Amino acid sequence: MARMKFLCDAERCIECNGCVTACKQEHEIPWGVNRRRVVTINDGVPGERSISVACMHCSDAPCMAVCPVDCFYRTDDGVVLHDKDLCIGCGYCFYACPFGAPQFPQAGAFGVRGKMDKCTFCAGGPEPNNSEAEFRKYGRNRLAEGKLPVCAEMCSTKALIGGDGDVLAEIYRERVTTRGKGAEVWGWATAYGRPGAAPGAPAAPGAPASPASPPAGGAKS
Amino acid sequence: MRQMIALVAGVTIGAALAGCGERPQVVNYKQGTYQGKPDQKAYDTAPWNGNKRDWELALANRNQSQNEYKRIR
Repeated sequence: MARMKFLCDAERCIECNGCVTACKQEHEIPWGVNRRRVVTINDGVPGERSISVACMHCSDAPCMAVCPVDCFYRTDDGVVLHDKDLCIGCGYCFYACPFGAPQFPQAGAFGVRGKMDKCTFCAGGPEPNNSEAEFRKYGRNRLAEGKLPVCAEMCSTKALIGGDGDVLAEIYRERVTTRGKGAEVWGWATAYGRPGAAPGAPAAPGAPASPASPPAGGAKS
Repeated sequence: MRQMIALVAGVTIGAALAGCGERPQVVNYKQGTYQGKPDQKAYDTAPWNGNKRDWELALANRNQSQNEYKRIR
């Protein structure tokens, strides 16, 4: 069987946070827990990039390695899941994870941590498929319904795609070869760049473009 | 005095040799095994009822719907 993966295309992500919202709505995730979030690098600076981050379902997952109660398991599809009945909420997985995927609900007073919660690739957990117990603990099991994660499926720009890693790689490869790279990509330089301007120099917004000047950056229509 | 020197020398030699008996301190990591409840396969329940092939086909179709180049052509 395929190995399930997420892939986020930084050229397409528009930081709409639709994936975050869809995830929270689909699984009825409580306040303070974000299974998925959008990270923006160089926010507000021309050329900023955003990516949507959640559990990456690592092939050699550090969270599995450090868990003192061994509550993590990997499905045949490569999805990393955990048993909340076993989790003691110690937080080791949070320190081990390079993506900050494990989340801990503030379950009680005095900052008491609840059981760890993380992206399940919409695959539920170790409860009967699509049961009430599974939904309450882990959220909806879309994989058992023959569907892919809701964050990827509803992404408006298809920046975030999810599913079989080989298929995702093929989709991304076709996308990159079609749209080109560097200045050929529709972006800031295409919209506002001027020929002859120093790289990185801010263009004058609102300045009328000279009719004689050729379109900058070889924009594609 | 001589006894004192012999004692100090003995202790010093003993302490110096104690380092020779140092054992390797690298921890041998052992991967734990899952201790929780067994999970069902995604295709075990309705509507797949154990038909893995149909389930994989459904997922493959959904996967391709994420490729807008396929959808618009």
